[in-house]
Amino acid sequence: MRVTCVVNGETRQADDVWPGESLLYVLRERLGLPGAKNACEQGECGSCTVYLDGLPVCSCLVAAGQADGRTITTVEGLATGSGEEQLDRVQRAFLATGAVQCGFCTPGLIVAVHDLLARDPAPTDPDIREALAGNLCRCTGYEKIMEAVRLAATS
Amino acid sequence: MSTLTREPTTVADGVGTSAPRPDGILKVSGEFAYSSDLWADEMLWGATVRSPHPSAEVRAIDITGALAVPGVYAVLTADDVPGAKRYGLEVVDQPVLAVDEVRYEGEPVALVAADHPETARRAAARIKVEYAVRAPVTDPEEALSRGDLVRHVPVHRFASAGGDALTADVVVTGTYEVGMQDQAFLGPESGLAVPAEDGGVDLFVATQWLHVDQKQVAACLGLPPELVRLRLAGVGGAFGAREDLSMQVHASLLALHTGKPVKMVYGREESFFGHVHRHPARLEYEHGADRSGKLVYVKARIVLDGGAYTSSTPAVVANAATLGVGPYDVPTVVVDAYGVYTNNPPCGAMRGFGAVQACFAYESQMDKLAAAIGVDPVEVRRRNAMTTGSVMPTGQIVSGPAPVDELLALVRDRPLPPAATGDPRERPGGVANTTRGEAVVRGVGYAIGIKNVCFSEGFDDFSTARVRLSVLGGEPAVLVHTAAAEVGQGLVTVQAQIARTELGVSRVTVATADTSVGSAGSSSASRQTYMTGGAVRAACQAVRATVLARVGRTDALSLVDGKVVASDGSVVASLVDLLGEGDVEEIVEWRHKPTRPLDPETGQGDAHVQYAFAAHRAVVDVDTELGLVRVVEIATAQDVGKAVNPQAVVGQIQGGTAQGLGLAVMEEIQVVDGVIRNPSFTDYLIPTILDMPPMEVDVLERGDPDAPYGLRGVGEPPTISSTPAVVAAIRAATGLALTRVPVRPDHIALAP
Repeated sequence: MRVTCVVNGETRQADDVWPGESLLYVLRERLGLPGAKNACEQGECGSCTVYLDGLPVCSCLVAAGQADGRTITTVEGLATGSGEEQLDRVQRAFLATGAVQCGFCTPGLIVAVHDLLARDPAPTDPDIREALAGNLCRCTGYEKIMEAVRLAATS
Repeated sequence: MSTLTREPTTVADGVGTSAPRPDGILKVSGEFAYSSDLWADEMLWGATVRSPHPSAEVRAIDITGALAVPGVYAVLTADDVPGAKRYGLEVVDQPVLAVDEVRYEGEPVALVAADHPETARRAAARIKVEYAVRAPVTDPEEALSRGDLVRHVPVHRFASAGGDALTADVVVTGTYEVGMQDQAFLGPESGLAVPAEDGGVDLFVATQWLHVDQKQVAACLGLPPELVRLRLAGVGGAFGAREDLSMQVHASLLALHTGKPVKMVYGREESFFGHVHRHPARLEYEHGADRSGKLVYVKARIVLDGGAYTSSTPAVVANAATLGVGPYDVPTVVVDAYGVYTNNPPCGAMRGFGAVQACFAYESQMDKLAAAIGVDPVEVRRRNAMTTGSVMPTGQIVSGPAPVDELLALVRDRPLPPAATGDPRERPGGVANTTRGEAVVRGVGYAIGIKNVCFSEGFDDFSTARVRLSVLGGEPAVLVHTAAAEVGQGLVTVQAQIARTELGVSRVTVATADTSVGSAGSSSASRQTYMTGGAVRAACQAVRATVLARVGRTDALSLVDGKVVASDGSVVASLVDLLGEGDVEEIVEWRHKPTRPLDPETGQGDAHVQYAFAAHRAVVDVDTELGLVRVVEIATAQDVGKAVNPQAVVGQIQGGTAQGLGLAVMEEIQVVDGVIRNPSFTDYLIPTILDMPPMEVDVLERGDPDAPYGLRGVGEPPTISSTPAVVAAIRAATGLALTRVPVRPDHIALAP
């Protein structure tokens, strides 16, 4: 089947999509956008989080066909350019605080934090933890991710 | 919050600074290419058929159904492996694909390559394997009695010649169990194999040690190593799980058979079968002490379940034995550690590597001893704390700093966290709980651990670095090239920092790790900053000597900010001018001080390179009716010798502590009759951000004169003592014995 959607502001089309494919697979393998990650592909880890019509979703749980005609923003769509200055404030805060180690959870977390701060510009620590409870990280123990969110909220 | 002692540094982003990661911008923008992100023209997808049985004869394999599926390019079995049929890190015993039998659930039996991953999976499902199922051996004690021994390491040391009777005024005993933990890295096993025109293969893969992969893959493909070229793809965490091969040989076989690039990516369920795990253990301990709590002897018997194949079990057993009494002075030690073969999932390297299991037992014992003599748990540890010059149970003298007493004092003296505020989100179980916290009790627990750094027992442990100094765009530039695996820990950052400090050049590029340069050894045993850091420093020093020789002066010169500077601060020459004669390149193979094998009868010998120490204090709230635990805060103190990158050091300590917390209260691969019951992130729980508390970190920098910059390996120690600290805190809250980790709700709520 054919899937057409707006991804990071551009209309994109994927042909010969097998109906069983996920939005995550289409993004990664057909549209050349591997930023959303494939850590569990069962909706437990949040590493594949993208915006679908403005709401954060696990793209591994969205069937490719469900994305047809919709608007998607991935981690690749958050920065305005490739330099450090063009990064989104959430991306800059993750770098400044050392919240990135292996980085496999990072794209999903950045989208999730981006969404949190859009909804709540000054979250408390319990608010942050609740909002990010669906994003697993195995490297950091989350302390520096907490620091990153606090920093992003004030920058 | 962290406290660090900082030394001034003269170089921006040099050693001792929290220099930014060179791969950071790529990682936050989604552009960093992990091993599962790779793509090539006409690429096929590989899939693996795995045994559903923990033990069976393989009578026949019928691949015709799979070959008939449109889109399938190859179906391979053991008969198609052209070289060695087996591989292994220390012992070559694990089949590439099952040969006549399978010995664990999930053992690879056949491979498929197809034009779509779902086609490959469906074709794999049509392969008919005829098994004659056997009763699996799953009890390690039964395996031991059958003689299925991987290795027995005795460590026997007596205070007086001729041996001592094991008697003391105060004796405490205990038997402890540690469940099977998974590394649970987030980036699944994956890679891309590309067939080359010369008959070889180029393999892009996430691994911990490119050269040991290369050696094993080449042997199995029947190719000379130079035709098997490995390049490190982005690694999504490792923690020991990438030390053994997973898909490396399989993807290469499929690529060579089909003549097309082949990508393999495990799903999460397959990943639980695709790598080795932390050894489950049963540990029987007896501690004898005088009435003041001073240890007289420790006797222990440790049995580690190695599962179906050898992997790194021999070295894990040695660690459990040699580190088995902890960072304490013990006059008489009788430790026997055993690793056995069973039909359980193979176990091998995981962060902490044998020291984790032992620490849970000996620290539980120290708490028992404290209770028996009526002093507090920190005090009994301080009375027995080893120091510089202490003798290990192996007879090895601890030559470097051993600030055990100081680390314990640091975590003890931290202010305790405030009482719970009443916010339901702070209750054990969070907002989804079913009480209002009527039975919540707070507890505090302590633990300290010891870990060896680098490879031990006489292993020829080295790393290789190539450093090139040249002029790029009119300014001096350094290229650092090693085969060392950046797995997330920040090794690429550290290599660049060292080059900046040694050569006074700010522009440093770290090349992608590959096998075109000599081996760097493994990114394990907390060794890479020590070893590859040491190699990069040595290569930089050789480059510096060569370039300074071009000045033609005999007085002491240094490199600062791209210039050659005399001792009075005057500029003698610019690097750019000196490099006009040509680039300077040096390759150095660097070794730590040699170690010795253990005596096979007594376990005596200078087997380890360096010892590292970390202490933890855990504060927990326990809902004693529901058995739910919330860790409120963890304080850690660790001696790192020299914090080469303070931010990365704290990140290692916090992340390692989290994995120890996971083992304490949630993480276990549940294996019943050799079958994994929970191979998913739905059922194998790792800590979320709700499970992790704030972590306070004290970093000590007691330089080790033998190590580059005085540094001490950082990665593993924090994982070791956080587990017993959390359990000690739960014991303090509940009064329960709690002899098994992970502690489950029923251990608390349903305790007799």
